[in-house]
Amino acid sequence: MNITLKVWRQKGPSSVGAMETHQMTEVSGDMSFLEMMDVLNDRLVREGKEPFAFDHDCREGICGTCSMFINGEAHGPGRNVTTCQLHMRSFKDGETIHVEPWRSAAFPIIKDLTVDRSSFDRIIQAGGYVSVNTSGATQDANSIPIPKHDADEAFDSATCIGCGACVATCKNSSAMLFVSAKVSQLSLLPQGKAESNERVLRMVDQMDLEGFGNCTNTGACEVECPKGISLTNIARMNREFLSSNLTSK
Amino acid sequence: MTMSKTGILKSSLSKKYVMAFTGLFLCIFLVGHLIGNVQLFSTGPEGQAAFNSYAEFMTSNPLIKLMSYLTYASVLFHVVDGFVLTIKNRKARPVNYVVEKGNLNSSWASRNMALLGTILLVFIVTHMQHFWWTMHFGDIIMVDGVKDLHTVVMDFFNPTVNRLAAVMTGLYVFAMISMGFHLNHGFQSAFQSLGLNHPKYTPMIQFVGKAFSVIVPAGFASLPIYLFLIQS
Amino acid sequence: MLDSKIPEGPLAEKWSKHKDNIRLVTPANKRHIDIIVVGTGLAGASAAASLAEMGYNVKSLCFQDSPRRAHSIAAQGGINASKNYQNDGDSVYRLFYDTVKGGDYRSREANVHRLAEVSGSIIDQCVAQGVPFAREYGGLLDNRSFGGVQVSRTFYAKGQTGQQLLLGAYSALSRQISKGKVEMLNRHEMMEVVKIDGKARGIIARNLITGEIERHSAHAVVLCTGGYGNAFYLSTNAMGSNASAVWRAHKKGSYFANPCFTQIHPTCIPVSGHYQSKLTLMSESLRNDGRIWVPKSKSDVEAIRNGSKKAIDLKEDERDYYLERRYPAFGNLVPRDVASRAAKERCDAGYGVNKTGQAVYLDFASAFERYGKTEVLTRGIENATQDQIVDLGREVVKSKYGNLFDMYKQITDDNPYETPMMIYPAVHYTMGGLWVDYNLMTTVPGLFAAGEANFSDHGANRLGASALMQGLADGYFVLPYTIGDYLADDIRTGKIPTDSTEFDEAEKQVKDEISALMNNNGDTPVDDFHRRLGLIMWNKCGMARNEKHLKEAIVEIQELRKEFYAKVRVPGSAYDFNPELEKATRLADFLELGEAMCLDALTRSESCGGHFRDESQTEDGEALRDDENFTFVSAWEYTGTPSEAKLHKEDLVYDNIELKQRSYK
Repeated sequence: MNITLKVWRQKGPSSVGAMETHQMTEVSGDMSFLEMMDVLNDRLVREGKEPFAFDHDCREGICGTCSMFINGEAHGPGRNVTTCQLHMRSFKDGETIHVEPWRSAAFPIIKDLTVDRSSFDRIIQAGGYVSVNTSGATQDANSIPIPKHDADEAFDSATCIGCGACVATCKNSSAMLFVSAKVSQLSLLPQGKAESNERVLRMVDQMDLEGFGNCTNTGACEVECPKGISLTNIARMNREFLSSNLTSK
Repeated sequence: MTMSKTGILKSSLSKKYVMAFTGLFLCIFLVGHLIGNVQLFSTGPEGQAAFNSYAEFMTSNPLIKLMSYLTYASVLFHVVDGFVLTIKNRKARPVNYVVEKGNLNSSWASRNMALLGTILLVFIVTHMQHFWWTMHFGDIIMVDGVKDLHTVVMDFFNPTVNRLAAVMTGLYVFAMISMGFHLNHGFQSAFQSLGLNHPKYTPMIQFVGKAFSVIVPAGFASLPIYLFLIQS
Repeated sequence: MLDSKIPEGPLAEKWSKHKDNIRLVTPANKRHIDIIVVGTGLAGASAAASLAEMGYNVKSLCFQDSPRRAHSIAAQGGINASKNYQNDGDSVYRLFYDTVKGGDYRSREANVHRLAEVSGSIIDQCVAQGVPFAREYGGLLDNRSFGGVQVSRTFYAKGQTGQQLLLGAYSALSRQISKGKVEMLNRHEMMEVVKIDGKARGIIARNLITGEIERHSAHAVVLCTGGYGNAFYLSTNAMGSNASAVWRAHKKGSYFANPCFTQIHPTCIPVSGHYQSKLTLMSESLRNDGRIWVPKSKSDVEAIRNGSKKAIDLKEDERDYYLERRYPAFGNLVPRDVASRAAKERCDAGYGVNKTGQAVYLDFASAFERYGKTEVLTRGIENATQDQIVDLGREVVKSKYGNLFDMYKQITDDNPYETPMMIYPAVHYTMGGLWVDYNLMTTVPGLFAAGEANFSDHGANRLGASALMQGLADGYFVLPYTIGDYLADDIRTGKIPTDSTEFDEAEKQVKDEISALMNNNGDTPVDDFHRRLGLIMWNKCGMARNEKHLKEAIVEIQELRKEFYAKVRVPGSAYDFNPELEKATRLADFLELGEAMCLDALTRSESCGGHFRDESQTEDGEALRDDENFTFVSAWEYTGTPSEAKLHKEDLVYDNIELKQRSYK
């Protein structure tokens, strides 16, 4: 099939960007979206032009590196998939496809479609862990039974891949889904409970410092999240933040 | 671990709590207001007396006074906080998308709360000027020793007395539709912001929210329509 | 010459005695010692976190935009540990035995035993970190069986075990970053090892955002940079997975062990076109219920390829369930290497079932029926129709493999509930890597390698759910102790300056290499060469190898390398974010490593594990190991040309296990 691509071109963080149009012919429906971008880049290099810089790595939907805003949606059309899992059969022959980077003050653009998401790392560094040393000399793994339901719920929160689609799709560039998923995972497990009060305060502080907007409960993040992380995580974090503040000394 | 660096009052989450608390309080106010309005459907002398003494009670009872100050404060905080949040949220995305399809993942109301809120703010100001101001400071006839607010309202929507009655009826209805959308998202959103989300109860809250966002604005809007129609 | 430094004493006491006798660095002195850890996968993140926690100053590098994205994250199945929670008779010894046997007797006894010993601590540690492993209703940890071993010892978190373990290690690393004990350098690629007085004393790195070439010094350098499967271009590795760090270390004097040992995983989704960029693995657990077959007659193959027949049109007696036919005892559950080779054999004989001729069927029809019949009985349905039975069976299969079936449909647009899946083997893991001694130190003093980057624990074939175990064992529990033995000499060394001539030279060399690539007046993109390298490797150094092909491959790779330097075009600037340049520098190293792999494969004229030599097989086509001549580790010393590397042999001594020929008949 034939596709008209409009792709964001931006030289560097402070440059002004613009959409650039390219015609793609003989696009196979079996191609992944990123393979289609590979074909475009291959052609650009052969023509002596600069290819588009975009982030990608595992290409199987788990590393969270790929990050394209396609036709007005984070990771494009289709639910529960990342850009690398999106296939060209999701588009129609003759369609025009707009490709943009994640846009958020907290995700500055590095080049073209590549953004800097280290703000997410700093939020985790602020408290997204259990303070346990790596000696291995903790207690036996089975010494604290954890109800299956809690363990499964913690797992569901823990499947977040940190791609940033929630921020990209939120009209406020809010990182609440990302932050709350980690807060939830660790507060649902007895191992993380001990420091859950301080954790939520510190992670929310860092989130605010990074310049993310706040949540207005539109629910767009949950819909666009490739891993289906639920809004109940945000509610849990709201609850924990409130009670932590009320009970902290 | 050390304590929170910015503290609860400065946190973006606390702003959400303020929005939620004040919003829910205003929902309670709406119910009270609507109960008063219902009495206006009785347009005869009996209704006039009942409504006027109700209005007198509402402006003089100390407990109600306290509630009304809380309402003013709620509106103020809801507006100021909403304004601050909106500015902050806009700043979080300095460059907008060329193509953005929010309609595929969220409701229109949820994305336009600031717009809807602004419409409601304009409405509240004009509405207070129409009735609250008249009641408190206006030149108003006394009947049976109390201010005759009943006639003020009747006349306001009476095309033979007020030549703008049709426009006013239309504006009131428009404002109530806006309020419906605002509540449609806002009601359940407040519960989510306060962390009140539970697989068992959330569907119920959502149902109540939807019902509230239809019944309450419809109740308010029906009065100007009724008064306008019976007096035309 | 090649001293593996395996401690004396009985096997089961070697590790604990070694830990008791090893030299330590006091906490006060650790503050004066710098360590660089390259890579943030399971081994790298856990090592960096543990070393920092012990008090060392750690600098950690990853080429990804965040340490959380290392490719360990993609591991699906699980992690082995000899906890014996299921009370099925598991023990440290059994895990040790299974791993050595699974590795086809080409791994070191002492290392593997240590791995089995610490396996239980890994699970304790991960649970303490908040890793949400699967649990039973009683709240205790669940296990599943994996890879044909006789016990249930695999811990898992749905199909995302690697992700959960990596996020656990990443959280430990993040904690140390927040304490200032680890300096994290995201989007940094190691370009060269710097040696001073024969010891590794630092690295040259490229800041991938600015393109700046940086000098980083340390008292020891730890490489946790994963495997080199991308030498084949198409593999289940991530696009960025590369061998540059280990290859540069090799060129600086670290011996490279068993480079030809590559694991080819049998259940991957076949290639769909020339634009294919990577291959997707589907958990081998599918083989528990799927039956693998191709048509018996070539006319049916032809009909399927041209679309006039479908898989479901073929009757039972028209199908060749070749694994069941060849290996009646194990059937579809033969080990990975055997299943992969058998698929290749059928496809090479012309029985492949897709357009490219490189696919076989994985069919769940019998499973639908079998499970359906059980369901009918348990639910007490009378006079169930065939359709009802199959539907009920589909439900059962869906509950077991639903996510894999969804993934298959997403990629191929075929519904595997209706029609058999198509699969083909793909490169998945590399058992070879930098040669290390018992302390995980390479032949360059001060240069260590952990995880998939070293060669130590999997021999010629890795068992399922063992890679995660090894990465975390090395990073949490082995390297942080053993590195002290080396660093004990460095407590008075003081900070290593970066203005020495050694750093000058290394930086200049890296800059020269980059500018040569940038200023090359070529016209061909990097990937073009990478694809061609991949084809040579796959066709001639893939699932089955022979002398003729390997010799040809060495020449072809040398020619391709020349062509690469003559014709490659790298657009943009060296001092900018430039993914094409990253690919070019990585490919330059793969183009040398590929040659080394072929040389190793050529030299090892036996068949063992993932390495199959056509010349070394039994009469009925099974792998034939040659213990008399090849019970050793091939450790290669770089001499200037990859195919002229010098072979050093580390003899493998089996005191505790009797060597047997594997048979799955």
